[in-house]
Amino acid sequence: MTDTWSVAGRTFTSRLIVGTGKYKDFEQNAAAVAASGAEIVTVAVRRVNVSDPTAPMLTDYIDPKKITYLPNTAGCFNADDAIRTLRLAREAGGWDLVKLEVLGEAKTLYPNMRETLEATEVLAKEGFLPMVYCVDDPIAAKQLEDAGAVAVMPLGAPIGSGLGIQNRVTIRLIVEGASVPVLVDAGVGTASDAAVAMELGCDGVLMNTAIAEAKDPIRMARAMKLAVEAGRDAYLSGRMGLRKYADPSSPLAGLI
Amino acid sequence: MILVILNGETRQVRDGSIADLVASLGLDVKKVAVERNREIVPRSTLADVALCEGDALEIVHFVGGGC
Repeated sequence: MTDTWSVAGRTFTSRLIVGTGKYKDFEQNAAAVAASGAEIVTVAVRRVNVSDPTAPMLTDYIDPKKITYLPNTAGCFNADDAIRTLRLAREAGGWDLVKLEVLGEAKTLYPNMRETLEATEVLAKEGFLPMVYCVDDPIAAKQLEDAGAVAVMPLGAPIGSGLGIQNRVTIRLIVEGASVPVLVDAGVGTASDAAVAMELGCDGVLMNTAIAEAKDPIRMARAMKLAVEAGRDAYLSGRMGLRKYADPSSPLAGLI
Repeated sequence: MILVILNGETRQVRDGSIADLVASLGLDVKKVAVERNREIVPRSTLADVALCEGDALEIVHFVGGGC
């Protein structure tokens, strides 16, 4: 029995999406992606270096034919810039599954939800399939879904903070209310954080810094793969109830 | 020669199509996307669009990036 998930009609086995930023070099990045088992990577869209066109490119190391590139609007602070970036991404890559994020301020990298909602509507009208970074607010998540988001991606904690999931209740409320996939995007610091996201019933987790800034990124990538799988299994298996007091695991009958 | 704004910098380039410019920069046309005066130029038409004096061009590609 294979446990898969689907977004906008595309089916994946791995529930871990990894970023491709902050790595020492392309080799390390590619090795970490392989160790993570991820089938989707986020990528950024930037100006080519016209003074050095022979500089190595990400596509030389991570094959877009084998790994789904998810163009991301990281660094965009208004709807217009994000939409423009994704139009270019669609032209560069030829696919319409994209990740939208419209940031509100540099200090927290919290999303600007007004601009995010506006961009989601425009992108959906233009035929894009936007997976959308958002606050951990069940109402905002619903509004995005109504506007055409094919997945909602609430933050667990600020991007790059490694603080872990700060509000399990709101993440769970989003999961319960959503009819599109929910993926925790941002805030994961170590394997247990990823497991928590999956135990809350999320469809997946997206992370970058937690792997890239580990002392051994390749080993951490493997840890994240296992944590996401463990968390998913734990969720599906239906955990035991909580009790206030102890309950012995060995029979009381037959004690000497 | 004409003056265009290429990725934010003013540059003197040869008259010709956008495809000519991309090739002269040594870039693989299959790996980039081009915007001209804020409009996407579809890859299939790059050879048909002639550069004009003052055009603002953005040539982009995918780079590593996270959340």
